[in-house]
Amino acid sequence: MEKSRPLWDNPLQFVFACISYAVGLGNVWRFPYLCQMYGGGGFLIPYLIMLIAEGMPLLYLELAVGQRMRQGSIGAWKIISPYLCGVGVASVVVSFFLSMYYNVINAWAFWYLFHSFQDPLPWATCPLNSNRTGYEEECEKTSSTQYFWYRQTLNIAPSLEASGSVQWEQALCLTLAWLVVYLCILRGTASTGKVVYVTASLPYCVLIIYLIRGLTLHGAVNGLVYMFTPKLEQLSNPKTWISAATQIFFSLGLGFGSLIAFASYNEPSNNCQRHAVIVSLINSTTSIFASIVTFSIYGFKATFNYESCINKVILLLLNAFDLEEGSLTADNLNEMKDHLMATYPQEYAQLMPQIKNCSLEAELDTAVQGTGLAFIVYSEAIKNMEVPQLYSVLYFFMLLMLGIGSMLGNTAAILTPLTDSRVIASRFPKEVISGVVCFMNCIIGLIFTMEAGNYWFDIFNDYAATLSLLLIVLVETIAVCYIYGIRRFEKDLYTMIGCKPNWYWKIMWAFVSPLLIISLFIFYLTDYILTGTLQYQAWDATQGQLVTKDYPGYALAVIGLLVASSTMCIPLGALVTFIRKRLKRERVSTVA
Amino acid sequence: MLRALLLLVSVVAIAHAELCKPDAQNAFKVRISIKTALGDNAYAWDANEEYLFRAMVAFAMRRYSSKSTTQISNVLLCNVTDRVSFWFVVTDSSKNVTTVPGSEVEAAIRMNRNRINNAFLLSDKTLQFLKITSTLSPPVEPSTPVWIIVFGVVLCLIVAGIVFLIVSGIQKHKKKNKESTERENLEEKVEVTLENGIPCEALDLKAGHINGVFAAEDERFTSL
Repeated sequence: MEKSRPLWDNPLQFVFACISYAVGLGNVWRFPYLCQMYGGGGFLIPYLIMLIAEGMPLLYLELAVGQRMRQGSIGAWKIISPYLCGVGVASVVVSFFLSMYYNVINAWAFWYLFHSFQDPLPWATCPLNSNRTGYEEECEKTSSTQYFWYRQTLNIAPSLEASGSVQWEQALCLTLAWLVVYLCILRGTASTGKVVYVTASLPYCVLIIYLIRGLTLHGAVNGLVYMFTPKLEQLSNPKTWISAATQIFFSLGLGFGSLIAFASYNEPSNNCQRHAVIVSLINSTTSIFASIVTFSIYGFKATFNYESCINKVILLLLNAFDLEEGSLTADNLNEMKDHLMATYPQEYAQLMPQIKNCSLEAELDTAVQGTGLAFIVYSEAIKNMEVPQLYSVLYFFMLLMLGIGSMLGNTAAILTPLTDSRVIASRFPKEVISGVVCFMNCIIGLIFTMEAGNYWFDIFNDYAATLSLLLIVLVETIAVCYIYGIRRFEKDLYTMIGCKPNWYWKIMWAFVSPLLIISLFIFYLTDYILTGTLQYQAWDATQGQLVTKDYPGYALAVIGLLVASSTMCIPLGALVTFIRKRLKRERVSTVA
Repeated sequence: MLRALLLLVSVVAIAHAELCKPDAQNAFKVRISIKTALGDNAYAWDANEEYLFRAMVAFAMRRYSSKSTTQISNVLLCNVTDRVSFWFVVTDSSKNVTTVPGSEVEAAIRMNRNRINNAFLLSDKTLQFLKITSTLSPPVEPSTPVWIIVFGVVLCLIVAGIVFLIVSGIQKHKKKNKESTERENLEEKVEVTLENGIPCEALDLKAGHINGVFAAEDERFTSL
């Protein structure tokens, strides 16, 4: 007598869960950077092409597999072919690595959120030095927002080798983040289904508020115009197309097994084709929407910095030449500079090194991505707004929702195979399994709260998932199209949904997507091989900026281990199944 | 008489000019930015404001050394520019034609900086004494950092939620166990509709199992 599989209460919960998982931090902090680097508005062309060629078909494939097999990733691939159980295991391993380091971002979001309830915001001003005559030295060299991030949040070590101790504040925030995730996944789909209503819709509310606020900020239009002007010559750069393909691939969260897990809780007659199209379109639209917000914030920040720079130059000239206040303004600055240069050539020449050439383009050109964008650039823009506490709380709450939504998917990818396997599920209830997984991840995650933790975070962020996922999805696509057979898959879809997939889907699955993934894979491999030694950015407190350093030997070993442990699962799984079958056959033949 | 007075005034003026000039010993440069501080409510810097300034410096010197010998006439201003910036010295009337040491002036100004700023409706940044560094006031820090309070509140809520869900899950589990043992006792007496040995309630009728073998193989049937 089988216990019936838990289901989503209605299809809307499933769609919200997929949206909540797919729309994550990458939409906010990676897409605007790519848009800026690779041709502004013109980047949308390769992005949309890759969405149609790669994003929608692969998403539909994973959802269909999950819905048809009604099992987590390990069980689903075992059904497709017993030799492919390694693919499922690789997915679980990659999801495990991801959940280990991803929740640290939520911990940082909590930290900033809790610090937003102060006036003034703690990252708005530098702290004073010990004899209260000036500001802290490190803070003077860099900006107050960077100081707050590198010193007061991370307390970052100067290099990877200097591990330092666990920061208790970050450890507390990490524990809280894991408790929140545990609360959401405690009851399986019953609790997750309710939570995703909030985590999927709240970020949009905040983004709309920020859009309205951002567009009304002084100087926002500068940012929008600069970023969105298409630079079509970038289309001839192969990196543009590769970045578009990579972004679509990782943004949808393919290959982790989360989508298979979510779809396995669907009713078999659910129209996953429609949902796949909806989810991928919403994901891309959100990226574009978030980049409009980000660019208006950039424009505001750049204009603010540019005007501060001009004011500093004006003050310098006023003080040096004892001119009347108000005689130098931004408009007449250039003429007055020429006039002063002519009238007092010697003093002006002395001042020359201090007078900076303020340029709005230079400010707009600073392209940042990742945690730098989310925690440094945005907080710098927020501190200059009116009522900064409100915007700060809204923004970091949105980051939290995005991060927790993605974590729900990650933990579902790990827990669904565990609860599916009868060995474990019969002995322990769901709550205990979830608790053990969360506890283990939390303990391992304490590594990222050490002083050198951010460097380990970067290692995991750059290497834990990239190559492995490409390989996993490639094997998945080839398995479904050629091993399981595309005709069999077509028939399964017909029985589930009631209509056969048309030639677009079939061509994409069978030819275009695998070719794209293979070319991405080759590109990444050659890039790693050609770069030689891998390097990282370390924070130098004495200079107040990032410097490049080489990874030590043991870090390279860890990187190799990360990549190998997930990719090797696929051939190992096939090998183990092969050996098991041979042994069974020999046993049968000896018995008979 | 008049000529003697004129001579005295000119001598004093020359002496003053020697004491107060840019980069003189014990002289300090002051820079005032009224328009930056007050915007539209800015007042003009004129002789009356200069008089007030001299009065404030004399007041500071009196408070610091607590002997009432410094007079307003001891404070000399010179080189007033449009910026507005000027130099000042404090002379010592007990020792003729010398200036009070810079360290004393600096300490006196530092002690009374707040009063001087307020007299002019300015701040440390807009009324600058160029060689005198100001003591910056640290931001007000509450005894418990605010973030720990918020953290504590959120933590309590989350833990309460987890405990509630776990406890209600255990209660539901116990109730289900009790119900199933009751039903087993009931089943022995009452006939329950069975379908292949499975009670109808347990069958997932909502999902509906489609037997793929039969549904897919429709090509084998000859069409009518």
